[in-house]
Amino acid sequence: MTSPALLLQVNGETRRVLVPGQTRLSTVLRDELGLTGTKIGCDAGDCGACTVQIDGVQACACLVPVAQAAGHAVTTVEGLAATPMGAALQRAFLHHGAAQCGICTPGMLMAASELLAAEARPEEAAVAAALGGVLCRCTGYRKIVEAVCDAHRFLGGGPEPRAPWAGCAVGERLPRADGPAKVTGTDRFGADAAPDGALWLRAVRSPYPRARFAFGDWAPLLARHPGLARVLTAADVPGRNGFGIYPDIKDQPVFAEGEVRYRGDCLCALVGDRAALEAIRTEELPIAWTQLAPVTLEDALGGEPVQPRWPDNVLTTGRVVSGDAEAALRTSRHSAAIEIETGFVEHAYIEPEAGWARRVGDRIEVFACTQAPYMDLEEVAGVLGLPQAAVRIIPSACGGGFGGKLDVSIQPMLAIAAWLLHRPVRAVLPRGESMASSTKRHPARIAARAGCDAAGRLTSFAFEGLYETGAYASWGPTVAGRVPVHAMGPYRVPAVAARARAIFTNNPPAGAFRGFGVPQAAIAQEALWDRLADAAGLDRLEFRALNALRAGDGTATGQRLEHSVGLVECLDALRPRWRALRAAAAAANAQADAEGGRRRHGVGIGCMWYGIGNTGMSNPSTMRLTLGPDGLVFHNGAVDIGQGSTTALLQIAADALGLPVAAFRLVLGDTDLTADAGKTSASRQTFVSGRAAAEAGQALRQAILLRANAGPEARLALRDGRLLVDGRPVGLETPLEGIGRFDPPTRPLDADGQGIPYATYGFAAQLAALSVDLDLGTVHLQRIVAAHDVGRAINPTLVEGQIQGGIAQGIGLALMEEYLPGRTENLHDYLIPTIGDVPEIECLLIEAREPLGPFGAKGIGEPALVATAPAILSAIRDATGASLTRIPALPHRILEALHR
Amino acid sequence: MPAYHRPTCLREALDLLAAVPAMQPLAGGTDIYPARAAAEAWLQPRDRPLLDLSALPGMAGIAERPDHHRIGAGTRWATIRDAGLPPWFDGLRGAAAWIGGRQVQSRATLGGNLCNASPAADGAPPLLALGAELELACREGRRRLPLSSFLLGNRRTALAPGEIMTAVIVPKPGRGATARFDKLGSRAFLVISLVSVAVVIEAEAGRITRARIAIGACSAVPQRLPALEADLAGLPLGLAAAVPEPAHLAPLAPIDDVRASAAYRRHAALVLLRRALAPSLAGAAA
Ligand SMILES: Cc1cc2nc3c(=O)[nH]c(=O)nc-3n(C[C@H](O)[C@H](O)[C@H](O)COP(=O)(O)OP(=O)(O)OC[C@H]3O[C@@H](n4cnc5c(N)ncnc54)[C@H](O)[C@@H]3O)c2cc1C
Ligand code: FES
Ligand code: FES
Repeated sequence: MTSPALLLQVNGETRRVLVPGQTRLSTVLRDELGLTGTKIGCDAGDCGACTVQIDGVQACACLVPVAQAAGHAVTTVEGLAATPMGAALQRAFLHHGAAQCGICTPGMLMAASELLAAEARPEEAAVAAALGGVLCRCTGYRKIVEAVCDAHRFLGGGPEPRAPWAGCAVGERLPRADGPAKVTGTDRFGADAAPDGALWLRAVRSPYPRARFAFGDWAPLLARHPGLARVLTAADVPGRNGFGIYPDIKDQPVFAEGEVRYRGDCLCALVGDRAALEAIRTEELPIAWTQLAPVTLEDALGGEPVQPRWPDNVLTTGRVVSGDAEAALRTSRHSAAIEIETGFVEHAYIEPEAGWARRVGDRIEVFACTQAPYMDLEEVAGVLGLPQAAVRIIPSACGGGFGGKLDVSIQPMLAIAAWLLHRPVRAVLPRGESMASSTKRHPARIAARAGCDAAGRLTSFAFEGLYETGAYASWGPTVAGRVPVHAMGPYRVPAVAARARAIFTNNPPAGAFRGFGVPQAAIAQEALWDRLADAAGLDRLEFRALNALRAGDGTATGQRLEHSVGLVECLDALRPRWRALRAAAAAANAQADAEGGRRRHGVGIGCMWYGIGNTGMSNPSTMRLTLGPDGLVFHNGAVDIGQGSTTALLQIAADALGLPVAAFRLVLGDTDLTADAGKTSASRQTFVSGRAAAEAGQALRQAILLRANAGPEARLALRDGRLLVDGRPVGLETPLEGIGRFDPPTRPLDADGQGIPYATYGFAAQLAALSVDLDLGTVHLQRIVAAHDVGRAINPTLVEGQIQGGIAQGIGLALMEEYLPGRTENLHDYLIPTIGDVPEIECLLIEAREPLGPFGAKGIGEPALVATAPAILSAIRDATGASLTRIPALPHRILEALHR
Repeated sequence: MPAYHRPTCLREALDLLAAVPAMQPLAGGTDIYPARAAAEAWLQPRDRPLLDLSALPGMAGIAERPDHHRIGAGTRWATIRDAGLPPWFDGLRGAAAWIGGRQVQSRATLGGNLCNASPAADGAPPLLALGAELELACREGRRRLPLSSFLLGNRRTALAPGEIMTAVIVPKPGRGATARFDKLGSRAFLVISLVSVAVVIEAEAGRITRARIAIGACSAVPQRLPALEADLAGLPLGLAAAVPEPAHLAPLAPIDDVRASAAYRRHAALVLLRRALAPSLAGAAA
C-alpha cells in the first residue's frame, strides 16, 4: 500500500515523507528524517523523552500521528539553537551540569524552551509545571531547574566556560567533556544508529513466570511472512547457551531450553525486516505451553528448585561474624528489633536496551548501551564459541544504567543473529519488554536486632536478610556478599552476626542496582538506631556521632580503617542544619496543634558507608595515554553512563601529566581501542580508573621528561601539535606512551567474613525534612541535606549531580517504587519521581583524603542513594510515630502504620 | 483497506465508520498510542484501522449559549485549562491542568477522555457533577445522552457502532455556582488518580441550594453521591465539610490494585470530599 506524501515543516525546512498517516511523529523524525535527537523511552507518553514542539507548544512526538503534524511547524532539539534563547538554554545546561546521561535532555530542552519563549526568567514553580511531563532518572532534576531559571544569563554567551591552567583541573567545575553532544541531540545512543541494511531482531518472551514449552513447525510462519529471515532458538547458539556475571555461573540461557523461569525469559528470536516483524502476532508462533506453579519467596526455601543446580534455592550465603552478638544482645542495656520488607525496584533508565551487531569476516562487532564492555566481550565470545580477540564491543552512549546495564541483554542474541546471517542486525527493546526482561533491585526481607549500653554505645548487631534473586544468578552473589559487610552501617559495633542469603524464585532476575543490596539493609539498620537513641535518651544525630567509625577503628570484618573516614565530619556539617530543621518542625507542629492542622512535620537522619570496588576481589583498571604526531590521546575504557567519569578521569589525567584538559583527544570505550577499565559499577571508576588515569598521566610525564632530559618540575605545553618542555620543543616522531594500572588492595573474606573487602569506603549522612498528611498518609518532602565524604571532589558539579540523582532514586525507593511483574511494566504504573517530587537538596562535600585514590578521591555513585530512604523513613517516624515495615511507604501503608 | 483515514467533514467520517465498523476513532491519540505500545511489546500488534477526527471542522472549541456551554469533543485539555470560563468550570479546568503533563494536555481531548471511559478519567467527575450531556452523531442523525448514561463500565460506553461524540453540553447551573476538583495521586506530576473528587455547589445567602458531587477512580464508572447531595441541600456553607459520612459513599465500589488498596481509596475519598467542601470554597461561594 502506498501512502500519500505528507509535507512537514521541521526546524524551518519543508520535508516530504511517504509514510502511513498514523505513523508516530517520533518514528518519522528519527527513521525518515534522521533527526535522532528526539529520543524514545516508552512510546506511551510517560517519559517525555520524545518531547518536541508543534507550533511552539510541547507535545510527545510518540503520541502524534504524523498526519496531524503535517502543515504545522515542528521543532526538535536539532533546531533549538536557531533561537538565541534555545542556544542559551543549551549553554546553561552545560554550565550547570543539567545533562548527565543525556537521554532525557532533548525532551527537557524542548519543554523548557516553550516556557522560556513565554517567560525568560521563570520561577521554579513554573519550571516544574512546564517540565512535569519529562522524566529524568539521573539528575534528580535540581540542576535542570537551575539551568532553566538561569538560561537568560547565557543569552549572548554567558559566563565563559572554565578552562583551567595545566595542573589545575582537579577540583574545578568543568562542564562535561561529552556534554555538547548531549545538549545538541547528536550523541549516539543504542537506538540512534545502525549499519545500512541491518535486519531487525525481536525476542520472543515468556508471558508466564514458569512453564514448559515445545516448539512446533516454524515453516508456516516463515512462509506467511516472507520478510521473516530466520527464527533463532537454543539449537542455533554456536557456543555456550548461557551467560551470567560469574565465570562459573553462566545460568541464564540466551534462548530457554524447554522451560522458562520468569515472565520475560527469552525463548527465541525473530530476525527479519522491520515491517514483517511488526506484523507477527504471538498467536501465530508454534509454541505449546504447559504452565507450572511458580516458586515464590514464600515457598522457595524447601520448595521445588528453580534451577536443578541449586536444589535448596539458595544461590549464596554471605556472612560476617565478629564477637558473640547473641550474648552481647542479652546483656545490652537497651535493645531493639525490626523486620522490614522491600519490593523489586526497576532501574527505569530512560533509554531502553538497544544496539546492533555485525559480522566482519571472522570477527563480530557489537554496538550497544552497556556499563561493562569487557564483560560483554567475554559473554559474546562465550555464546559464539569464539576467542575473545574475535569480539569487539563498541559502547553506545548509555542512557542511564544504575546497574541494570551491567548484565548483557540483547548483545548475545544480536551477535548470534549477525554471525549466522552474515548481516548486520539491530534491536530496540520496547519499554514493556525492557521492564519485563531486565534485572531489578533485590526484594529483601530483613530481621535485625541491635543493642547499646546505658550511655548509648552500640554493643551488638544481628542481621538476617533474605534477598530474592529471582530466576537467574546475575549479581546475586555480589549482593549476598556485600550486604553482611555493610549491614551494621558505618559504626563501631563490637559484636556482629550478619547473614544474607540470595534466594531463587520464578521472578525477574534481581541483579545490580545502585548499592547492591545495601540500601535495603540500611533501612533496617538506621531504624534500629533511632529506637536505641530514643531508648538511651540521646539525640538521634548525637547517637550516630557517638558510634560513628573514625580513622583507626576496626570493622566487623577485622579491617583497620587508617584513613579517609569522614563520617564524623559529615555529621558535624549536618548538626547546625539538624538543629534548625528540628526547631522549625517543632514550631510547625505546635502551630498545627493550635490550629487543628492535620499535617505533622518531622526530620530524619540516615548514615551510610560503602566499600568502593569489588568485594574482596581483584578489580583492576588500565588507562592509556599516547602522545605523538596525532596529538595527545586519552584511551579511556571506562564507560560514562552519565555519572561523568569521562570528564573526571580527564581532569585527573591532565593534572597528573601537567597539560590542560583542552589538549586531549578522547578515545572512549571501544574494546579494540581501549584497555579493560573494568565495569562502571560499585562506585569504582573515579577511585580505581581515576587512579589508573593518574598513573598513566605520571607515566607519560616521566617519558616526556626523560626524552627532554628535564627535571620533575618542568612545565609542559602543547602548541599547534608541538610539545614544549620548559619552552623547548621536544620531538614526537616516535610516539610516547603512558600506561597506568590500578587494582585496589583487598583480601578475600573467609568463612566468617573476616578480611579486607575494600581498599576504601565512602561515607555519608543525610537529613530529610518533611511533613505527613495524617488523614491521607501522603508525604511532602521539604528539604534534604546531604553530607558526603568523597575523599576529594574531582569535579564538584559532577559530584553534586550524583548526589542529587541518587537522592531522587532514594526518594523513589522510600515512597513510590515497587515493581510487580506483569502489572507495572510501564512508566505509568511504575512510578519514579518527577520534577515535582524532588525537594531542594543541599550538598555538603566533605573531603577526607584517601591516600590510595587519585588526588585523594573515592567514589560517589552509589553512596548517594543509600542514606536517603533511611532518612525519609526516620523523618516519617519523627513526624508521626509511624514505623514502616513495608517499603515503599505508600500512603495507605503510612495510614496503616499510623493506626497500628 | 488503508489503516488510516483523516476525513475533513463529519459526513465522510460517519460514512467511513458505517462502512467499516471496526474502525477506531482517534482524537489526540494519548490513550490509543500507549495502548498500542503495551500490546506491541508482547507481539500483539493492533490492526484496527484508525479514523482520525482531528481534521473535522467544528469538533474543537467552546461556545457559550443562553442556557449551556457547548464544548467540542475534540477540544484539547490545554484549551480548557487556559479558557476564561465561569466559576462552575473551575473543577473541569482543575482537572485539565492535571491530566498528564503539558505535552499530553496540548494534544489530548475531552472527548477522548470520556470515550476511553477509564474509571480514573479525570474529565468525568467534574462533568458528572455539572450534569453534562453528550452529543453523539451517526449517519442517521444526532442524539443527546446524559454522561451518566453514557459511561457504562470500565472502558465501556453507550457509544453505538457508527457513532462519534461531537460535543459535550454543559447546562448552566443556578446562581452562585462554584466548582472544585481535587485528585490524589502517588507523585507530583503525571499521575493517574487514586481518587478524584468533583464538587459543584450552588448557594444563595450562604446556604447551599444545590450540591452535586462526583467521585472518580473508586468504581468502574465515576459516581454521583445522591444521598450526600440531598443531605447538603439547605445547609449553611460553613457546615458542609462536616456532613460527609462513610455511609454516603455507598455507591462506590473501589478495588485493590497496584496504585492503592480499596479501603484506602474509600477512606481517601471521604477525606478529599470533606476538604473539597471546606470553608475556603464555601467562603468563596458565599
Ligand atoms: C502520560 C499520560 C498521562 C495521562 N494522565 C491522565 C490523567 O491524569 N487523567 C486522565 O484522565 N487521563 C490521563 N491520560 C489519558 C489521556 O490523556 C486522556 O484520557 C485523554 O483525554 C484522551 O484523549 P485523546 O484525545 O488523546 O484520546 P484518543 O487516544 O485519541 O482516544 C481515546 C479513546 O476515545 C475514542 N474517541 C476519541 N474521540 C472520540 C470521539 N469524538 N468519538 C468517539 N470516540 C472517540 C477513541 O476511539 C479511543 O478509544 C494520560 C495519558 C498519558 C499518555
Ligand atoms: S517516548 Fe514519548 S513519552 Fe516516552
Ligand atoms: S540525564 Fe536525565 S535521564 Fe539521564
